[in-house]
Amino acid sequence: MIGRGFIPLLVLVTAAGIGALAWETEGFNVVTVNGARQLDIARRPRSLPDVPLMDQDGQLFSLADYKGDPVFVDFIYTRCPTICRPMGDQFQHVLQWQDSHPEQKVKLVSISFDLENDGREALRRYGDRYGARAPQWRIAAPLEQSGLDALRRAFGLIVIPDGTGGFIHNGDVYLIDARGRLTRAFDPDAAPPVFISALTGIRS
Amino acid sequence: MRRHLFIIMAAWMLLWCWPLRYSLESDMALHMTVQIPLLIGIGLLLSPFVRSIEPRWLVDADWLGIPGMVAVVLVTSFWMIPRALDSALSDPLTDAAKFVTLPLAAGLPLGLSWRRMPPLGRAFIWANFIPKLGAIGGLYLAAPVRLCAYYRIDQQTEAGWALVTIAAALGISWFIIVFFGLQSAPLKTWFGFQVLRRPEPESRGYSSALWR
Repeated sequence: MIGRGFIPLLVLVTAAGIGALAWETEGFNVVTVNGARQLDIARRPRSLPDVPLMDQDGQLFSLADYKGDPVFVDFIYTRCPTICRPMGDQFQHVLQWQDSHPEQKVKLVSISFDLENDGREALRRYGDRYGARAPQWRIAAPLEQSGLDALRRAFGLIVIPDGTGGFIHNGDVYLIDARGRLTRAFDPDAAPPVFISALTGIRS
Repeated sequence: MRRHLFIIMAAWMLLWCWPLRYSLESDMALHMTVQIPLLIGIGLLLSPFVRSIEPRWLVDADWLGIPGMVAVVLVTSFWMIPRALDSALSDPLTDAAKFVTLPLAAGLPLGLSWRRMPPLGRAFIWANFIPKLGAIGGLYLAAPVRLCAYYRIDQQTEAGWALVTIAAALGISWFIIVFFGLQSAPLKTWFGFQVLRRPEPESRGYSSALWR
């Protein structure tokens, strides 16, 4: 015979446990922090802080200056030996696509989080490696640590030391829409057509 | 008795203290295979104290130990989600939740309910747990991307190897006990191949058919 109170206790424990799992995985949709960020940005576009940045030509600008045009943003550091290379290639792809679609006015910004090492000269060298020309593709860095912290919070950027003096960071490609809101974040290994199609999606 | 309780509580606090917490959590393998099992162990050690004051209705409701083991499985699954591990690192409140739920909602029910589980139930839990541990370890070894944002890929590989090693060790022990008939009653009971010949004093005997 079943023990007294067995069914209610079993239901209670199961419901609480499944509920907690569903909450942590956003309804069994994500298991990683990166996945959770991408889902959250897609569901609730974020407004961005007005942070002064300097590009490879020494020009001062802010992400708010782009209102009216969509912008792809990624975060890099110029000494990066790993993930930033495919990320740079992806942005090159977008540039090539832009050449054949002159009606689309998409801009690219790569923001360095390594304020200590990435001065203007380092940014310029990084840009030259991929043929990046401002203002079409800016390689930039925040002027102050506080600005970087604000961007870090808004974009959900996670940077950890790699143990050999460099960094490991999430390589998401972020999309800011024409109204200046952060609307999407893509995995670094997403094919360029995936986020280009999102671009045409937000313009319509 | 009281002194034991004091030592367990002190160990719990010590694990929370920054140097120990930091050193165990800064490495993915230590986090998953040392800190989390230690926290579950604290709950296990607390279970004899709770058993003596466990209310009758709970003993009845935790029939064959099933609700308790469901809690153990769900709580441990929760803390194996990469996002949960990451949150424990970045947010002290989540880490505090981990320090409370693993002993009290996983270790404690494990200690209380395991004794109520019939051998078949215990064998079922082990037969599920061992391959699952190995599979998760294998997944960590095979994954080309980092699953935890706060751990490096080499740490993920290390954690994968640690999990696979533990799964293999448990699997081999299981195998030896089954096929070579290791004559250790406590070990056999633990792995679910023998009934502990000491029925729960509170048990009304409704589970006798499954117990014997």
